[in-house]
Amino acid sequence: MTMTAMTETSTDNPEPIPAPVTGSSKEVPVSREIVLPAYPGQHTELGEKTVGNVTCDNPFMIAEDVNVYYGDNHAIQHVSLEIGKKQVIALIGPSGCGKSTFLRCLNRMNDTIETARVTGLITLDGEDIYRKEQDPVALRARVGMVFQKPNPFPKSIYDNVAYGPRIHGLAVDRAELDNIVFSSLERAGLLKEVKDRLDEPGTSLSGGQQQRLCIARTIAVNPEVILMDEPCSALDPIATARIEDLMDELSEDYAIVIVTHSMQQAARVSKRVAYFHLGLLVEVDETNKIFTNPQHKLTEDYITGRIG
Amino acid sequence: MSTERTTLERVEAGLARRRRKELLFKLTGMFATAIGVVFLGVFFTTLIVKGSSAFQQTFLKLDIELSEAVLAPDGELDVRYADFDGLVRTALRAQLPEATSRVDRRALYRLVSVGASYQLRDLVATNPELVGTTQTLWVPASSNVDMFIKGDIDAEADEALRPLSDQQISWIRSLDEAGRIDMRFNSALFSNGDSREPELAGIKGAVMGSFYMLLVTITLSFPIGVAAAIYLEEFAPKSRWSDLIEVNINNLAAVPSIVFGLLGLAVFINWMGLPRSAALVGGLVLTLLTLPVIIIASRAAIKAVPPSIREAALGLGASKMQVVFHHVLPLAMPGMLTGAIIGMSRALGESAPLLMIGMVAFIVDVPGGFTDPATALPVQIYLWADSPERAFTERTSAAIIVLLGFLLVMNFAAVILRKRMERKW
Ligand SMILES: Nc1ncnc2c1ncn2[C@@H]1O[C@H](COP(=O)(O)OP(=O)(O)OP(=O)(O)O)[C@@H](O)[C@H]1O
Ligand SMILES: [Mg+2]
Repeated sequence: MTMTAMTETSTDNPEPIPAPVTGSSKEVPVSREIVLPAYPGQHTELGEKTVGNVTCDNPFMIAEDVNVYYGDNHAIQHVSLEIGKKQVIALIGPSGCGKSTFLRCLNRMNDTIETARVTGLITLDGEDIYRKEQDPVALRARVGMVFQKPNPFPKSIYDNVAYGPRIHGLAVDRAELDNIVFSSLERAGLLKEVKDRLDEPGTSLSGGQQQRLCIARTIAVNPEVILMDEPCSALDPIATARIEDLMDELSEDYAIVIVTHSMQQAARVSKRVAYFHLGLLVEVDETNKIFTNPQHKLTEDYITGRIG
Repeated sequence: MSTERTTLERVEAGLARRRRKELLFKLTGMFATAIGVVFLGVFFTTLIVKGSSAFQQTFLKLDIELSEAVLAPDGELDVRYADFDGLVRTALRAQLPEATSRVDRRALYRLVSVGASYQLRDLVATNPELVGTTQTLWVPASSNVDMFIKGDIDAEADEALRPLSDQQISWIRSLDEAGRIDMRFNSALFSNGDSREPELAGIKGAVMGSFYMLLVTITLSFPIGVAAAIYLEEFAPKSRWSDLIEVNINNLAAVPSIVFGLLGLAVFINWMGLPRSAALVGGLVLTLLTLPVIIIASRAAIKAVPPSIREAALGLGASKMQVVFHHVLPLAMPGMLTGAIIGMSRALGESAPLLMIGMVAFIVDVPGGFTDPATALPVQIYLWADSPERAFTERTSAAIIVLLGFLLVMNFAAVILRKRMERKW
């Protein structure tokens, strides 16, 4: 399959998505609408299951047959995925394939979009996060998020980091709050640079420092899962390297889900990789397996640079 | 040369036309700007030329004998009934003894303002020990003398057509030669309420009326407007209803202000029974008037807060309320305050709706509260502009200058506020 043909696929042309390179030999007529879904072992009438292994040992968050609709746009289709404890999983795929959309399902940020509708089951530590009694505010304290563009509050550096603990009442007194702020900045690798200027606005930092400030702000709440949506896309290679090191360290305590457009970054930081295509989860596997021996033709095309 | 034209030739051929169009457009713009500036210049110059003289007032120097026999005929001084007028007249007669007939004397008395006896009364009331002495005082001259000194009455004109007789003019000249006439700062303009006598009329009543009204307006319209804007922007579900409300608010901002006056008359006065002519009712009407302006400005300010800030706070687990009060409001505040001040300056300049609720009455007393009968600065201007006396004309211009001064200060405050509160993100 050539690149031109693939481009057509993404422009609403119902070009059939090619079958996997290996694995199931049956030719499935695939349309843009419904394809490739399913939890391991589970097939829908039309589709075929995600290639590779969506499960992992010690899963912490489990998504089962998740669909997201923006009005009539079926942006995420029958996605099932397990996210492990103390592990980095990278979501990759061409632009507009639904990585951010899926990520935002995990802390219910999609609730803030009026047209968005989510179906399926997502559990955190065994509990459905979309159940009625679940307060999204409490959920977001457990599932933190770092955004693509650094977005510090126009407040002081200290107040930026202290904001989460303050609203959740995590510190009983000033000393404890200081402690949380300093340790979070330390873990984000920012303390050395900012400890003399904690009163300055967070927006006065450089882009890379701002992004680390945002990470410090997120871990100050001590979440169990951290979602990162292209956290390095606005950064230079040095700042990127620092944040990748940081992710490495953080993965000792947290489950991390990172969206990235950089294969190298995915290869460096993640243990598992999930490849999305037009709202479908095409392939999930151990990182080295995906990059050395992709099972699905689409995955191979993408990581070798033929889709993108 | 070939008939084929190169691209360069084609471009160059069109270039002259393009330049001509550009020049024409530039000239049109300059012309429009010039017209605006000229009108503004004419407006301000006439205003200042006409109004600046009102800040000066003619005073007469009189040696007034505070005779005990007149002030306290029974040995008891009662300033309420004492004949201060008589004292002023006596002093005037002493100054110009040639006026002997009753007619002459009456013409003579008309040179001094009735304010002279009020001034004398206040002086004696605060210093009763002065009774029995002779005091040299500067007392306000009547408005006709004032006009003559300011050159607004032509001594060469037909005597029947001017308010001062030849006799009176010669008296004024002789007083002037004796150094008994002087122009001084017209403090009455700022310390008095309205009056039938131009030389005693001041804007304090109107200014206080406007002040009380704006106080009511800002305390009601800012919180209500901001709350409505927050609700509509952040909480209201997008539906046909919210669209309808939005359209109506925008329409409300364009409703002629006199309609709000009619509404105020029907609702606040006739139905709720609030007092007529009161600053409270005026403030309520102006609240209705400024509310749409403040809501629209506040919504624009809220919309301008970057969504990334909201997302950051939501992502940390802030509730919707916390996002609004911790992040959106502080960032939107400069825009909201600017909107509020613009609304307030509109309210300050508004007169039509106040006419409907009876704030157009002739009110001498300076209002001391929200329910006292009051008038407002623009209405006072309207009232004075309606008076035929030349002396009121200059006071009209002076009041306009004061009103414009207030507006200038408010708009300046809006600019400063925005500059100081603006934060970068
Ligand atoms: N707020 C929204 N409202 C409507 N449709 C949306 C919204 N956000 C995303 N979409 C649609 O959902 C699909 C997936 O978008 P998403 O942002 O998840 O892609 P992505 O994989 O993150 O792309 P990128 O790599 O460019 O960030 C797209 O077709 C997009 O048009
Ligand atoms: Mg994205």
